[in-house]
Amino acid sequence: MRERLDLRDTVWLTASVFLVAAPHVERLPSWVSLLAGMLIVWRLYLARSKRELPHRALLVVIVAGVTAGVYLQYATLFGRDAGVALIVVMLALKLLEMRTVRDATLLIFLAYFLVITNFLYSQTLPTALYMLACVWFITAGMIGINFSRAPRSVGPQLRTSGVLLLQATPLMLVLFVLFPRVEGPLWGMPTDAQRGSTGLSDTMAPGSLSQLTLSDAVAFRVAFKSPVPELRRLYWRGPVLWDYDGRTWRAPRARYARPSYNTEFYPVDYTVTVEPHGKVWLFALDLPGRLPPRALATTDFQLVSAEPVTTRVRYEMTSFLDYTYGINESEDVLQRNLALPEGYNPRTLALASRLKRQHGSDQAVMQAAFAMFGSQGFTYTLAPPRLGENSVDEFLFDTRSGFCEHYSSAFVVLMRAAGIPARVVTGYLGGETNPIGDYVIVRQADAHAWAEVWLRGRGWVRADPTAAVSPARVEQGIGATGAASALPLFMHDNPVLRRMRLTWDSVANTWNQWVLGYTAERQRTLLSRVGLDDATWRTLAGLLLAATGLIVLVLALVTLRRLRVRVHDPVSRAYLAFCAKLARRGLARDAAEGPLTYADRVTKVRPDLGTAVGDFVALYVALRYGDEPGEDNVGRLRRLARDFQP
Amino acid sequence: MSERIDKVVAQVCGVILGKELQIRLALACLLARGHLLIEDIPGVGKTTLAHSLAASLGLSFQRIQFTSDLLPADILGVSIYNRENATFQFHPGPIFTQVVLADEVNRATPKAQSALLEAMEEHQVTIDGETRRLPAPFFVIATQNPSYQVGTFPLPESQLDRFLMRIRLGYPNVEAERELLKGQDRRDLLEQLGACLRGEDLAELQHEAQQVHVSPALLDYVQAVVNHTRASAEYANGLSPRAALALLHAARAWALMEKRKHVVPEDVQAVLPGVVGHRLMSTAEGGRVNGFDMAEQLMKQVPIP
Repeated sequence: MRERLDLRDTVWLTASVFLVAAPHVERLPSWVSLLAGMLIVWRLYLARSKRELPHRALLVVIVAGVTAGVYLQYATLFGRDAGVALIVVMLALKLLEMRTVRDATLLIFLAYFLVITNFLYSQTLPTALYMLACVWFITAGMIGINFSRAPRSVGPQLRTSGVLLLQATPLMLVLFVLFPRVEGPLWGMPTDAQRGSTGLSDTMAPGSLSQLTLSDAVAFRVAFKSPVPELRRLYWRGPVLWDYDGRTWRAPRARYARPSYNTEFYPVDYTVTVEPHGKVWLFALDLPGRLPPRALATTDFQLVSAEPVTTRVRYEMTSFLDYTYGINESEDVLQRNLALPEGYNPRTLALASRLKRQHGSDQAVMQAAFAMFGSQGFTYTLAPPRLGENSVDEFLFDTRSGFCEHYSSAFVVLMRAAGIPARVVTGYLGGETNPIGDYVIVRQADAHAWAEVWLRGRGWVRADPTAAVSPARVEQGIGATGAASALPLFMHDNPVLRRMRLTWDSVANTWNQWVLGYTAERQRTLLSRVGLDDATWRTLAGLLLAATGLIVLVLALVTLRRLRVRVHDPVSRAYLAFCAKLARRGLARDAAEGPLTYADRVTKVRPDLGTAVGDFVALYVALRYGDEPGEDNVGRLRRLARDFQP
Repeated sequence: MSERIDKVVAQVCGVILGKELQIRLALACLLARGHLLIEDIPGVGKTTLAHSLAASLGLSFQRIQFTSDLLPADILGVSIYNRENATFQFHPGPIFTQVVLADEVNRATPKAQSALLEAMEEHQVTIDGETRRLPAPFFVIATQNPSYQVGTFPLPESQLDRFLMRIRLGYPNVEAERELLKGQDRRDLLEQLGACLRGEDLAELQHEAQQVHVSPALLDYVQAVVNHTRASAEYANGLSPRAALALLHAARAWALMEKRKHVVPEDVQAVLPGVVGHRLMSTAEGGRVNGFDMAEQLMKQVPIP
C-alpha cells in the first residue's frame, strides 16, 4: 500500500464526496451547500497546482465557524437536519486534510455514512439506485488507493468493485429479511415525516377540495383480489361531515362502535396501501366490512387509525358495495343531521319548502333536487366564482357553477331544509387502473364529496349530486370532465406518456410493497410461514448470525476451491497421504520443505520412525525425481503410505 | 569420481576455516561452468579461497587487482613491436589462465570491467582483430566490496547476470577464528597444497554434472520459483529464463556433489540464495542490498509441488 495519494486518487475521492453530498443540496441551507462546494473546488485546485494543503489552524477556524452557523440555523447540533449539514461540511473539510492513504480510508467510510443519511429523507427507488451507484464508485475508489502499483485503470477498478458488491448481495438479502425491524418511522421523527403531505381534512369549505384536485400525489393504491368493480362504484369513504356553520362543514367528535349493516351481497376483497398523509383516516370502499389492524371504525363508517398515518400503511380489506344501514338510526343523530345555522341562505330555505310542498315524500324531493341540478344550467368547474356569506343561495341561484364540494354542500343544505336528514361524505371517487401492475391508483386529484340522505325504511342512502351535473365525473373519472383543462397535465396526457407514467408507478409500487413495505409485521408473517412463530429479536439475531456465517462459509469455500490443486499423480498422492498422517501427529510438512529435509526433521523428533520414513522418502524421491519409473515401485509406495502408522 | 570432490572440499576447508558451505557452493559453481562473485568486506579470505581452490583443482591461477586506473590491456594483454623480426608480438595478459581472481572488480571503471566480463561470456578475447581462445576450463572468481563502500563502480544488472552465483563469506565463527589465529600463516599453507584432481578430471566432472537427471516434477518446482518472482509485487523484476537455467545448472552440480543421480528440491534450495540473490531487486527502498534475504524469503514462499 502506498503512503501518499496522487492526483488521481484525490480527484476520485473528491468526486465521491461530491456525488454523495449532491442530493442533500436541495435540503441544506444554501450557505452550507455553497461552502461545501467551495471547499471541494479549493481541494481540486490545490491538488492540480500541487500546492500545500491549508494549515490546521485555518481548518479549526472554519470548523468553529461552521458549527456556530449550523447552531444558529437549527438551534441545535443534533437531529437529522443539523447533523447532516454538519457532516456534509466536515466531509468537505476532511478533503482538505487528506494527505495519506489513512486519511483517504477515513474519508471513504465517512462517505459511506453520508450515503445512509440520504435515506433519512427519501426512500424511493431512484434514491436507492443512485446511492447504489455511489457505493459502487466509492468502493472502486477504495480499491484504487489500495493498489500498490501503477498502472491503475478505471475499468478493472470498477469491475472489482462491482464483483465485491455482487458478492455482498446474498449478505444484503439476509440482512434485509432477518434484521429486526423497528415499528414506525425509522428515526422516530414524525414531524419530519408529515411535512408536506396532503390529503383530506376533517373540515370542508368551498375551495378546499378543488385545491386538492390540483395535486397529482398518490393518496393510496389498491390491489383487488376480486374483479375490479366499475369506476362509478368506487366510492372511497373518508371523513363524514355533519356540522355546518354556514360556510364550513365539520366532522363530529368520533364515536366508535363496531358498526353493523345488513348485507352479504357483492363483497370485494382488496389490499390498500395508503401513502402517509399525517391524518388518522384510512380509506375503504363504501362500506367497509372489516377493520384494518390497529384501527377503529366510527358509527358512520369512517376507518380511523390508532395513530396518525405518518408512514405507508398497508392493510387487507373487504367491502360490501350493496348495503343497507342505519334504518334504526337514533333520534339524536337524525336531529343533528337536520340542523342548519340560523339566518343563512333564505332563498334555499324557501326553495326547500316549495319542493317539499310540491313533491311530498322524501324520495320525491330528492329526485326533484337531482332534476334541478341536471337541468337548470349548472356547470361543473374547478374554478368556481367566489361566494359570499349566503354561499348556498348564491351558488344555487346566481353562479350555478361549482365543484363537487359546492354540489354536495348545497344538496345537503337543501335536504336538511326540506326536513330530510342528510350529511356530507368526503373521500375519493374512482382511480386510475394500472394495467402493468394490475392495481388501481387513487390520487389526491380523485378527491370527491358526496352526500348521504336518511330515508325512512331505507336508512342512509348515498346521493351524489355531482352525478346529476356531470355524469362523466362519476362514470369516467375526473379527467373526463369539462374541468380537465384546469387540471394538471398528467390527467390528460397522450397515451405514450401515460403508459410510461403507469409503468413507472408500477415499479415504484413494487418497490413500496416489497422493500419499503417490509415491516416488522410482514417480517413476522414471513417467519411464521417458515415455522418461526413469535420470533423475538434474539431469535432473529441468531438466525442472522447463522445465515451470515453460512454465506461467508459458502463464499470462502468457492474461493478456496479455486486455490486447491487437484493432484492426479499417484506418487504425489501417496506422498501427500504420508505427510497428512505425520501432520496428524504434529509433524506437519512445511509447504516449502523438501522431502529429504522433512524426513531428517521427522527422524530427529521421532527416531523410532527413522527406517519407515527413510525408506518411504527414498522411494518417493526416486520415483518422483529419479529417472527410473516403475509401476511396481508406485504400487509399493502406495502400500507403504497406506501401512505407514506414525 | 565424486570422492575427489570431497577431497578438494576437505583440503580447502583446511585453509578457509568454518566455511564449508561457501566452499561447496564455489565448487558447485565451477562444476556448473559458471563464474563466481564473492561479495564481502576485505580480509575475510576471498583471495585465499580463490587461490586454494585453484591449487586444489590443479589449475593455473592469476590474480588481477582491479583499480580505478586499470585498462583493458592490463587484463587482456598487449601486442608489442619486436625489432628483431619486425613484427608485433602478443604478450598475453593475466586473463590467459584457468582461474582468474578479479579482485575488487567494482573498483575498476566500467570499461575495464566489461573487458573482463566479455571474456567470461565468450571464453575468448579479441585483440588487434585476432581472436584468442582462453584456456579451458576458464573460471573467474571476482570479488567485490559491498557497494556502500567508497570508490566503487557497482556492476550493472546485465553484468551481474553473467555470474552464475554470488556468495558471501562472512565473518568466521568464534572457534574457526580461534583456530585461524593459533594456526599457521595461510600463505604457507597455500604453498603446501597439492592438486587433488588430474588434468581431465575436472572436465569429466563438469560433463557428469550436466548428466544429472532432472525430472518433470523438479522442473515444475523451478518454474514455480521463477513464476513467483514474476507474479509477486515484492520483486521489482522477475527472474529471467537465463536465471532459471542457471538455477538448474547449479542444482545439478550440487546434486552431483551430494552423490545423487537426480536433482531433488533440496538441491535447488541449496543453491537458490547464491544463484538468484544478485538477480532480484526488492520493490522496497534499498534494492539489491538484501538480495540474500530475498532469496531466503523466496525459498520459504514457494511450496514444493
